[in-house]
Amino acid sequence: MTDDRTDGPLLRLAGLTVRFGAHAALDTVDLDVAEHETVCVLGPSGSGKSTLLRVIAGLQQADAGEVVLDGRNLRTVPTHRRGVGLMFQDHQLFPQRDVAGNVAFGLRMRGAARAEQERKVAELLDLVGLPGAQRRAVGSLSGGEQQRVALARALAPSPRLLMLDEPLGQLDRGLRERLVVELRRLFGELGTTVLAVTHDQGEAFALADRVVVMRDGRIAQTGTPLEVWQRPADEFVARFLGFDNVVPATVTGEAADTPWGKVPVPDGTAEGACRLLVRPAGVRLVPAREGLPCTVAARTFRGTHVSLRLRPAAGPELDAACALAAAPEVGERVGAAFVAEDVVVLPAGN
Amino acid sequence: MVLARREVDPGADRGGERFRPGRGADARRPAGRATATRLALMAVPFVFFVLFFAYPVAMIVGRGLREGGSWQFGQVGEVLTDPDLLHVLWFTGWQAAASTALTLLIALPGAYVFARFEFPGKGLLRAVVTVPFVLPTVVVGSAFLALVGRGGLLDDLWGVRLDTSVWAILLAHVFFNYAVVVRTVGGLWSALDPRQEEAARVLGAGRFAAWRRVTLPALAPAVAAAALMVFLFTFTSFGIVQILGGPRFATLEVEIYRQTADFLDLPTAAVLTLVQFAAVLGLLALHAWTVRRRESALKLVDASRTARRPRGAGQWALLASTLVVIAVLLVLPLVVLVERSFAGPDGHGLVFYRALQAAAGADSTFTVPPLTALWNSLAYAVAATAIAVVVGGLAAAALTRRGGRLVRGFDALLMLPLGVSAVTVGFGFLISLDEPPLDLRASWWLVPLAQALVGVPFVVRTMLPVLRAVDGRLREAAAVLGATPWQVWREVDLPLVRRALLIAAGFAFAVSLGEFGATVFIASPDRPTLPVAVARLLGRAGELNYGQAMALSTILMVVCAGALLALERVRTDRTGEF
Repeated sequence: MTDDRTDGPLLRLAGLTVRFGAHAALDTVDLDVAEHETVCVLGPSGSGKSTLLRVIAGLQQADAGEVVLDGRNLRTVPTHRRGVGLMFQDHQLFPQRDVAGNVAFGLRMRGAARAEQERKVAELLDLVGLPGAQRRAVGSLSGGEQQRVALARALAPSPRLLMLDEPLGQLDRGLRERLVVELRRLFGELGTTVLAVTHDQGEAFALADRVVVMRDGRIAQTGTPLEVWQRPADEFVARFLGFDNVVPATVTGEAADTPWGKVPVPDGTAEGACRLLVRPAGVRLVPAREGLPCTVAARTFRGTHVSLRLRPAAGPELDAACALAAAPEVGERVGAAFVAEDVVVLPAGN
Repeated sequence: MVLARREVDPGADRGGERFRPGRGADARRPAGRATATRLALMAVPFVFFVLFFAYPVAMIVGRGLREGGSWQFGQVGEVLTDPDLLHVLWFTGWQAAASTALTLLIALPGAYVFARFEFPGKGLLRAVVTVPFVLPTVVVGSAFLALVGRGGLLDDLWGVRLDTSVWAILLAHVFFNYAVVVRTVGGLWSALDPRQEEAARVLGAGRFAAWRRVTLPALAPAVAAAALMVFLFTFTSFGIVQILGGPRFATLEVEIYRQTADFLDLPTAAVLTLVQFAAVLGLLALHAWTVRRRESALKLVDASRTARRPRGAGQWALLASTLVVIAVLLVLPLVVLVERSFAGPDGHGLVFYRALQAAAGADSTFTVPPLTALWNSLAYAVAATAIAVVVGGLAAAALTRRGGRLVRGFDALLMLPLGVSAVTVGFGFLISLDEPPLDLRASWWLVPLAQALVGVPFVVRTMLPVLRAVDGRLREAAAVLGATPWQVWREVDLPLVRRALLIAAGFAFAVSLGEFGATVFIASPDRPTLPVAVARLLGRAGELNYGQAMALSTILMVVCAGALLALERVRTDRTGEF
């Protein structure tokens, strides 16, 4: 491929729309992915993220919009000539082939010489931590090993863009955390451009340079993991990230009126009606008469901290986080005070 | 795990799931290209069927119903109100239904045993089970006559005779079609993941409930396909009914033969052909309707990993009862047949076999030694199998992706030769393929073409359920990795259906070897096939001719068994990579 692309992104999606009957799986999605970037699309079931990958791979026809890869419009390019890699959610390894046969598949389709195939397979199996596994049957592999083989298979033809559909979805926790680190290192070393989709925020935040949150076929927010975490764009994103302390509020000066009473807001907040998010870390426990009086409704040990469910006299329940040593028992009466730094103002309505 | 479909799937896109990414994906590919590919695949089978099926059949029906350049439809009403012919129609229908039910009842446990149990001699037994299917109908008729008829084995032992009852016909039909059910249903059954049933058991379903709720629905398309085949075979049954039915029982096919060959009453034969045709069309429509509602993507696994040694009294009893059924119903008639081929006038010996090699004399039935029929048959059958596999394989590939009315109509068209009178087809070949550019009367290919016509439906029916059960996302995975549509088929579909393809080829070979109704019309006198030679010998009086027929049938049986055993061997060798 000649280097006819300017400084544009490697992948550009413009106005991408896919409808299944009346339901829009993708609704005018615009997204750029720069070369060497790892972008993670995060969203709940049904938000259209798998459809997004299928459209880019050419497995699904878009009703409107364009997919441009490396300066080339892919509208009329069939799947097998798109030069993208896709790691399927459940791997889809070919059961009739051994590990080497699976990994070499893409190379074989491109007519690579046998020696070249063998060299590449050995190299990739080393890379994914399965050296010497060439002759093993895919049926004999564990979930994690299948995952690695699927990854090696997707990487083998050196795709311009590697797409991962729920890459770590079926693995147990320890393995996931290890693999996330490995993947991150691998993509950095190879300089691969990656577009992953997942419903797991931990996975997305650990893997991605940039996170794209999707909702009902639309992009709700894009940003670095830190940006998204610190400044959710709206209540949907906040709740999807697991923040449930969201209440209607009216800002006047340095505080907002909420069902929980006065809550301090960050400096420079515009006055008027809005929604207010208080991160659990921003709910501080004080003696009952010094803050919002609450009863401890539930308490869950989280390893590094304890998360509490507090039931105030008025207003919705709220989540709080505190250190193990300071954690009250269920049924105890405590007071809740709010810290302005952990309060996020969200747009009203929605 | 092989070919995993996800069972627990927290992160699946609802949109994707609703539209079944595994199967629906192709439907949303650029529509023009998919349609073009499909049409290209259908072209060869379509031309084949138009030239070698629709055209000859239309010609002979036209010959019967046209007189002096105008259609004579008055004949239709006349024939259809004839009480004798109505009786024939009624008998044809109910004996086919009864035969099909009986075959399913007896053979489904057999299909289970072959699919799920591992036992010594299984390959041999599988071939033995298939042998009856490839025997010429006339031989099967004779063998059953020798077993249950006057002076037959049962008569000698207990004075039991069944040849005057319909039971002889029904049992002979089961004998014939046992393999259809075992092979079609068993082939899919052996590739079903037993863990699906285990999952149902864990969820609280009893052994039978789990089978009924999980396995049976998965098998339904294959069972329906097998039932349809059995029904069509028995509906158009010819040789068996002719021999075992005597004057009391006649099917449409027998009646068509009588009208054509004995009375030269082409108009009546043409009407009956149309009646049979209409009945078959109705059946196919019913079949298509039921199957369309039931087929689903299945979880297929390596067949060699699903079979295990029987455990517990129940399973051993099932295996034992299956073996007893096979011994009594399938092996015993064959043993009687073999015994008769050796039972010469002066005690047991090789008299009849020696006679087969004798050069043709002046008063001989043949212009060539009967044994040359063996080589004719083999050569014809190999050619017919090749044609059937190519034509049927292309058709199955085109039909893999479900489509609209056009595709379903094509599917039904491919099944028609099973339901149309072979006598009509054979006679139609003679009167229609006799002019340039299609003057094939003297061509060696005429016979394999006619035989392939019957083989194609087998290839399609055997391969289609398996092809459709291949997880569509495997194809997608291959496409993303750069495989062209052709490469996808070769790399994903073919390895997974190789077993089905071999089974299909075996069937096509078998029906070609045993085909009689059409071949008897078109085989040239100096190149008879085995069934034709047998029929000619049986048609002549005298113990030597009868004995030679038995000997020739025995040879045919041995050839089939040998060929099928070789096929089993090939398959076992390859299961390693499957």
